[in-house]
Amino acid sequence: MNDGVNGVALAVFIFFFALVTVMGFRAARWRKAENENSLDEWGLGGRSFGTWITWFLLGGDLYTAYTFVAVPAAVYATGAAGFFAVPYTILVYPLIFTFLPRLWSVSHKHGYVTTSDFVRGRFGSKSLSLAVAVTGILATMPYIALQLVGIQSVLDVMGVGGGEDTHWFIKDLPLLLAFGVLAAYTYSSGLRAPALIAFVKDTLIYIVIAVAAIYIPIKLGGFDDIFAKAGDALGATNPATGKPKGELAPSESAHWTYATLAIGSALALFMYPHSITATLSGRSREVIRRNTTILPLYSLMLGLLSLLGFMAIAAGIKVDNGQLAIPQLFETMFPDWFTGVAFAAIGIGALVPAAIMSIAAANLFTRNIYKDFIKPNATPEQETKVSKLVSLLVKVGALVFVLGMDKTAAINMQLLGGIWILQTFPALVGGLFTRWFHRWALLAGWAVGMVYGTVAAYGVASPTQKHFGGSSAEIPGIGEIGYIGLTAFALNAVITVVGTVILRAAKAPAGIDETSPEDYTADAPAAQPEPVASAPEKAPAGAH
Amino acid sequence: MSEAQASPPGRQPVITPTRVVAGVCLFAPFVALIWVSSYAKVEPTLAGVPFFYWYQMLWVLISAALTSIAYVLVRREQRARAARQGGEQA
Repeated sequence: MNDGVNGVALAVFIFFFALVTVMGFRAARWRKAENENSLDEWGLGGRSFGTWITWFLLGGDLYTAYTFVAVPAAVYATGAAGFFAVPYTILVYPLIFTFLPRLWSVSHKHGYVTTSDFVRGRFGSKSLSLAVAVTGILATMPYIALQLVGIQSVLDVMGVGGGEDTHWFIKDLPLLLAFGVLAAYTYSSGLRAPALIAFVKDTLIYIVIAVAAIYIPIKLGGFDDIFAKAGDALGATNPATGKPKGELAPSESAHWTYATLAIGSALALFMYPHSITATLSGRSREVIRRNTTILPLYSLMLGLLSLLGFMAIAAGIKVDNGQLAIPQLFETMFPDWFTGVAFAAIGIGALVPAAIMSIAAANLFTRNIYKDFIKPNATPEQETKVSKLVSLLVKVGALVFVLGMDKTAAINMQLLGGIWILQTFPALVGGLFTRWFHRWALLAGWAVGMVYGTVAAYGVASPTQKHFGGSSAEIPGIGEIGYIGLTAFALNAVITVVGTVILRAAKAPAGIDETSPEDYTADAPAAQPEPVASAPEKAPAGAH
Repeated sequence: MSEAQASPPGRQPVITPTRVVAGVCLFAPFVALIWVSSYAKVEPTLAGVPFFYWYQMLWVLISAALTSIAYVLVRREQRARAARQGGEQA
């Protein structure tokens, strides 16, 4: 496959890469604040972004390079089962419509930077807040690593990854360079860097998907042909399992898996620290609500993107590593220069989320471990400094992960990360609506969910792996195959409710709640003059 | 749009018809998409794309429209409430 370097594609790729690098460093001066040495500035872009910037930032954050590679790769490998990403991203928006504005309001009011900040303030429990913070960091690390896997796959297909016998340093040099640059501008510009780069990333992505969804089917003789060929190919027997490889519409036995994966993933998405970081950088409550109505545009794009998996089958793309299917399809179908554009879209698509994720993980460490447990009287300057350093460490950690370990380790960890992060849902979303839950019951529910999820995922075998072979297992008591994360979540919720009833009856101390009911619906203070909108958007109709 | 309807002052109810409608708008996609057997089929195809895929992509649009409706309803009610509570202050 790697027969030589694709020079034209590489040149285009490098051009865009250089462009976003310059933008990344310049971002430090974009919408510059008076006091840049605070975590609000570095880690949340001054909480000043309007609807469109937030839209690009959230879109760039949630729809990562790994998504672009892995979702169609799953469709390529299994057919319908991989398409669950579409209902998943449909369900996310009505869900967050109900709770995210409340989180925004209370965080704005009390200066919370992370979800753990909120949990500590709401329940007066440092241990619960630590649990949420550690879960967030653990779940984010492999996610960053997978962004690297995304860049690696395009570098491989362009022929700059080197063959198996290349010296490891030469082989990984492009990746090291890309990541070094990313680390440097994240360090200097904070959240402003990915916010600015997200414009380039998403513009490229939309162009590439639109072109791919029209151009490739025409070249392949239309969707009738594509699905006919894909149906035949998926119907063929997989020698490893003795069953068909996949299907065009899920059969009866796969319905539970499909639905539970969609709901479980939707519940988990906004528990991830990087989603919250992008949310809290919004300027007002309205910005968040409005975004839930325009973000589905990304889901539409994801749907089209998933169909590329079928196109790859129909085009006869054969790869050992499924992750290479889509980059390979682009290289086969597009002229070289456009292949370069497509690969740049994927490569930059990795940088934006990787930057936000490392900022989010760094904020969690600084606020909920460093400040709560190591240095309680840290000044805002010290907080910012620690966050910047940790953002570097997190990236180095992810790099070591990808280079030092088998790639499947990162994918396994990411799978676990999704299951784990879902276990913080009761504390966070529960806490946003009610103070009824007891902090110790929440902690117990979290612990049980974490242990159950990990053990269950460990026990899943696949033809190629003995453990962590997938994210679905039999749901105890129901007997259907379902998403482990959702089963663990149900268990977690039951323990939390039962535990709360017992602890309340025993009059266990409930902790001090520093928030008040009106904090959850408060908007930005009116005293603060509305900043001049830097992106075209309608003036908030509420101001009159 | 944001004129307050004449209504008795005092404590405002938590559950209002507007909020119920908004809730239904937000809940509908869950019912539609979790009910996998209602759409797990190949026929009828649309321009060659099996039903399973185009139906779910259609729901992206339906769901976005429903969320927008919920957004407008909630915002209108909030303004009405604010107007009732704070008079002309805004």
